[in-house]
Amino acid sequence: MNTQFAKRDYSLTGPEAQRAEDNGLVSANWYASTIPRKRLKQLMRRKDGPAIRDTVIWVVALVSTGYLAFLSWGTWWAIPAFAVYGVLYGSTSDSRWHECSHGTAFKTSWMNDLVYNIASFILFRNPIAWRWSHARHHTDTIIIGRDPEILAPRPPDIKGMMLNLFYIKGGPTGLGKIVANSFGRLSDEDKDFVPEEEWSGACMVARVHLLIHALVIFWALKIGSILPLMFVSFPIFYGAWLTVVFAITQHAGLAENVLDHRLNTRTIYMNPIFRFLYWNMNYHVEHHMFPLVPYHALPELHEEMKNDTPKPYKGLIQAYREIIPALIKQTKYPGYFVKRELPEGASLFPGSEGLETGRADYP
Amino acid sequence: MNPQWIEVCAADEIDLEDVVRFDHGEKTFAVYRTDKDEFYTTDGFCTHAQVHLADGLVMGEIIECPKHNGRFNCASGQAIRKPAIVPLKTYPTKIENGNVYIEIEL
Repeated sequence: MNTQFAKRDYSLTGPEAQRAEDNGLVSANWYASTIPRKRLKQLMRRKDGPAIRDTVIWVVALVSTGYLAFLSWGTWWAIPAFAVYGVLYGSTSDSRWHECSHGTAFKTSWMNDLVYNIASFILFRNPIAWRWSHARHHTDTIIIGRDPEILAPRPPDIKGMMLNLFYIKGGPTGLGKIVANSFGRLSDEDKDFVPEEEWSGACMVARVHLLIHALVIFWALKIGSILPLMFVSFPIFYGAWLTVVFAITQHAGLAENVLDHRLNTRTIYMNPIFRFLYWNMNYHVEHHMFPLVPYHALPELHEEMKNDTPKPYKGLIQAYREIIPALIKQTKYPGYFVKRELPEGASLFPGSEGLETGRADYP
Repeated sequence: MNPQWIEVCAADEIDLEDVVRFDHGEKTFAVYRTDKDEFYTTDGFCTHAQVHLADGLVMGEIIECPKHNGRFNCASGQAIRKPAIVPLKTYPTKIENGNVYIEIEL
């Protein structure tokens, strides 16, 4: 373990990418809890029913709250109506995007692809580039120089994270990428994980996204009201905060450069409403260890492996009681991270010890 | 190179709609039994990343990679869902006297 913490370069094109390669952290073998094959097959089984049910509820809730927001436009009632609509549109779409990107939410492929593409549009994400980004995140989870989806690099930008509750950082970045893609440009970072044969498709789909936003802006200008934008392009700014609250809990403040999801990922118990909105991604250790298990089977998977994983957090409050002090501490001591305690008798996965960055003990 | 039939295991050791890993020499293979009781063999590693397909999920003639959900047709080896793009190499497979054999070049 390093005793001195040197500032790290989290970009995918910097020296850390080579360092990760040299340390055997790229496309490495990761720890997996032992689950009997027959049981795992049961858990991996695909169904359309749960995701159709949940999608119908989601769409009905969106249309209902959207209609109320429309009716209340121009009154104070529009504020709560759009607040709920915004969360359903801008936050809930993230979990749908995520599950459908894995292709596990529905059994039927076109249903996954349809929801994935709609959610990508809502979230200002290029569906092609992000599919590859997320594949990389699963290959090299929180490996510096490899994972493009590290939300809290050390030292963390807490101000930026808070601004992102209103997508002030992510929104313009996402939109900027869509614009750049539509002009045929992909960043060097994107080119690192998106294969060349996918570049033209990524640019084409960006043009479609941009055209839809342009049509909505045109419509808003024509009627002299921002109302169309409030329904389509703006909810990501005023309604994505819950996604940020959920997403930060997944890995922030935990170990980097380890090959064991028990050490760099959190599982948090949540109430049924949050679990509906988040599609059970609170079982995040389970999801990372067995990405083939659909969201609706994650609670059962958790029961199978909970004796082999660190104690889950009792809720968001308990998780943030750990995360907030950890992130504040990391601004001063970037070498600090939260060490997850493995259950008694569980051994550290070979490859995890000695590669993590920082501590011993910070700074 | 000399193609030879190599015994893998008893056919009933592979469940319906399942896959097993078979290592021979320095190579690793994935041997499938589909829901229609047909047997196929492909290279054992996913072409997208070095992940054993034998830990994946068989759905009919489809194998889904356990790490990134890429999919292949296990009969043809064709990649049918990204991030899998490059097809898998397939190997002739037969059942004889209740055992599974695959033909590989030694």
